[in-house]
Amino acid sequence: MTIATIDKAPAAVPTELARGRGGGGPASKRIVVAYGFWIFILSDMVMFSALFAAYAVLRGNTAGGPTGAQLFNLRSVFIETMCLLLSSYTCGLGALSAERRRPALFLMFAVFTFVLGAAFLFIEATEFAALVEKDAGPSRSGFLSAFFTLVGMHGAHVASGLIALVYLAAQVIAKGLPAAVLRRLLCWSLFWHALDIVWVGVFTLVYLMG
Amino acid sequence: MTDAHEHMYDDRTPGVEEHEPTASYLSYTAGLGLAIVATIASFVVSQTNLLWAPGIPVGLVVLAFAQIGVHLVFFLHLGSGPDSTNNILALAFGVLIVFLVIAGSVWIIANLNSNMMPMPTP
Amino acid sequence: MLGKLSWDAIPFNEPLPLLSGAVIGIVILAILVTVTLKGWWPYLWREWLTSVDHKRIGVMYVALGLIMLLRGFSDAIMMRTQQAIAVGSAQGYLPPQHYDQVFSAHGTIMIFFVAMPLVIGLMNLVVPLQLGVRDVAFPVLNSISLWLTATGALLINLSLVIGNFARTGWMGYPPLSELPFSPDVGVDYYLWSLQISGVGTLLTGINFVTTILKLRAPGMTYFRMPVFCWTALATNLLIVAAFPVLTATFVMLLLDRYLGMHFFTNDGGGNQMMYVNLFWAWGHPEVYILILPAFGIFSEVVATFSGKALFSYRSMVWATLGICVLSYMVWLHHFFTMGAGANVNAFFGIMSAIIAVPTGVKVFNWLFTMFRGRVVFQTPMLFSVGFMVTFVIGGLTGVLLAVPPVDFVLHNSTFLVAHFHNVIIGGVIFGALAGINYWFPKAFGFTLDERLGKASFWCWLIGFYLAFMPLYALGLMGMTRRLEHIPDPSWQPLLLVAEAGAIVIFCGILCQAAQLYVSIRTRERRLDLTGDPWNGRTLEWSTSSPPPAYNFAVLPRVETIDAFWHMKHTAPAPVEPAYEAIEIPHNSPAGFITAFFAVVMGFSLIWQIWWLAILGFLAAATVVLIAGWSIEREHEIPASEVAQMERTR
Repeated sequence: MTIATIDKAPAAVPTELARGRGGGGPASKRIVVAYGFWIFILSDMVMFSALFAAYAVLRGNTAGGPTGAQLFNLRSVFIETMCLLLSSYTCGLGALSAERRRPALFLMFAVFTFVLGAAFLFIEATEFAALVEKDAGPSRSGFLSAFFTLVGMHGAHVASGLIALVYLAAQVIAKGLPAAVLRRLLCWSLFWHALDIVWVGVFTLVYLMG
Repeated sequence: MTDAHEHMYDDRTPGVEEHEPTASYLSYTAGLGLAIVATIASFVVSQTNLLWAPGIPVGLVVLAFAQIGVHLVFFLHLGSGPDSTNNILALAFGVLIVFLVIAGSVWIIANLNSNMMPMPTP
Repeated sequence: MLGKLSWDAIPFNEPLPLLSGAVIGIVILAILVTVTLKGWWPYLWREWLTSVDHKRIGVMYVALGLIMLLRGFSDAIMMRTQQAIAVGSAQGYLPPQHYDQVFSAHGTIMIFFVAMPLVIGLMNLVVPLQLGVRDVAFPVLNSISLWLTATGALLINLSLVIGNFARTGWMGYPPLSELPFSPDVGVDYYLWSLQISGVGTLLTGINFVTTILKLRAPGMTYFRMPVFCWTALATNLLIVAAFPVLTATFVMLLLDRYLGMHFFTNDGGGNQMMYVNLFWAWGHPEVYILILPAFGIFSEVVATFSGKALFSYRSMVWATLGICVLSYMVWLHHFFTMGAGANVNAFFGIMSAIIAVPTGVKVFNWLFTMFRGRVVFQTPMLFSVGFMVTFVIGGLTGVLLAVPPVDFVLHNSTFLVAHFHNVIIGGVIFGALAGINYWFPKAFGFTLDERLGKASFWCWLIGFYLAFMPLYALGLMGMTRRLEHIPDPSWQPLLLVAEAGAIVIFCGILCQAAQLYVSIRTRERRLDLTGDPWNGRTLEWSTSSPPPAYNFAVLPRVETIDAFWHMKHTAPAPVEPAYEAIEIPHNSPAGFITAFFAVVMGFSLIWQIWWLAILGFLAAATVVLIAGWSIEREHEIPASEVAQMERTR
């Protein structure tokens, strides 16, 4: 009888059981945590899809107010998009550094990622403020409610991500890069890349098709 | 705490590096390059008349899917090997649900809206 | 300073809520005083409130569900009584403003705080044991899920005595649920209580999908998992796929109410039909989330009490997965009458009819399992047979309603009410009661009293038919749902029969309470010493009753379906295995404390006490951040201690 704890794959499982058909016993913590987070990301995508659906349905309901074409400034959208995309890149490089147990390098990339993410938020915040200024705030019409909520929800996710990044960087400074911290960084990068994927949907469907 | 056994028996996880360092840096850089190209292409397509006007929405959707694919493959390392099966299945399920929610809602509401009585303009 | 909250919020001029609130308050106070005087707090805190053990969490979920059943049922009997007497010139005893809150609370509580906790609790208790592992993937998140659900339940109960509940029905359709037509806190109680417990439910979904797909005993390939685990997988996939839609929908309604946006308002470009559409895009998968675990329970119970393997395991699995996917393609049948065109209605009508097919496959499989088996009619099996008859009737009326032209006549009539109670009571409640009777000995070490179990079954069965068959007839006669006053006196005889049915169900609930009391009192007579009181087939019966904290000292090596049955019948000479140290997760107060602050936050948001809401949110976030800081989350039970515990099993 093979003996196993929940954290290690058993030593002598026949290969025909191990791969694909799922008979290899409980997976390692790293796999379990990453897969669970992946499922969470997918659930978040479903939440965004409901907001996308609401936007798609309400985009024409301008209630006599301004339309998207009249409001959107595509130059700043392009800059925002590049900021977020580059932050995904620096996030990836940071993940590589962490995997290779180089905390100082990871922290450097974390700073870059944070700055780029913050720049994205800054541009978005100024855009929102400008819209509210010209009486095109979220309570003006159904279209604007949907716009602010969809884009704002994405922005709120980005903001939470930045707060989490600071929290995790503090963990790295305090504890270095043991397996548990590495798992959390892995989850964070997954989250950050997923946000960039949502943004692709946002800038395409909201701004470019507006 | 990495156990050698892990790599033999467990599935891959999205986002986890498994290659030589250069290969992974290459992966991210290639992904970034492709994504930048796709983004610029989207902006160009929507703002100029490079594409036949009625085809612009289709072009944008195609470019968006392409860029999402680039993210999934180059940043999240979602592969097609047997170890990634669980992740791909989960992704497929997610994509199905997203499609049903968005396409379903748009179809239903468009249908309902078309049956509404004409409203007097205020 | 205190937002909208003032002394006016307490219903001093309404005797019913005031009195019931007072009674509930006294009962809770009595319990708290007793616990304090007997010095039970350290035990409760250590063993239950901060427990991250799936078995304890499962028991607490079921307890929550059963307690809330009392509240939901009292709403039901209030409605039945009102409808039985308020006929013609009689006005009954519940004014409309109050009656509307009663039916809204009844639906909300029964679905979110009775049915969901019961099935989630049973999945919590059983799934890790059946998979042959030690706990779920994320035990601390599991605890958070439980306590956030309890938060939602608490908030809804607070609405009884502080303020009022929604008057919109359990679905909260705009424009009625928007500010101009529901300016008071009722809808806010509804929205925040469900948003908060919804977070808990979503975390459960993530937890169980990960557990079932990534944590199983060695050798347990997908097609060797028990059917209950397959239905649990499908259920939790649906939770992950559907609850985010509800979250988003409620966010939009909350934004309308709190920030004056125009998602679903009458003016400003809102579209109310979008709410209905998104609500049911969640709502239909939700009812499958409720029924699929029940199907799984019946598969286990029928196989065990027929002494035979389940007939056609593979078709059961495929039927389950089919139901899972199809359930996301039928939601428009909840609003056929909202005005969609024929092609849209036809598509969803046909899909709704198709989804009956895999369910039919399951029913035949259960029947074929019983055929030529040695059927033992103990309480769980009685509920199973009762389910098979009752649920089929309910399903048939469902297929009838799936035909749009029929639905045009019957939508929102009591025919519909009878249909969904038919499938929920006949399916979900009977399933939960079967599961409770079946797995109680595993959780507590002694079986429940069989006579009272049978009595409760017969009361529930007869009571259900008396209470709801008249409603089918009344629906066909033209009676709509949610009537506070009955305009047509010819309906009264049937309504009196329905009232009698409700009373019989009440007797069933009394029998259950008696069953619990008597069983605990006389437990020495019915101790489960072997861990396998029913001659079971799956791995949970291979552990002691109750199992040790770590479930399995050594993870079982699985070679077939019905792993335990196989083990029992091909037993090699028992060799004492070499025990290793086992890692057990620490208890965590994170769940309980986060939920406490969630109550503060939810209550403040409802009453618009902004400073307190922000404080509550920050406090809850701080708890999460503190809990997330630690790395050492487990302690070890040394091998010698494990050996000791195993020898004295």
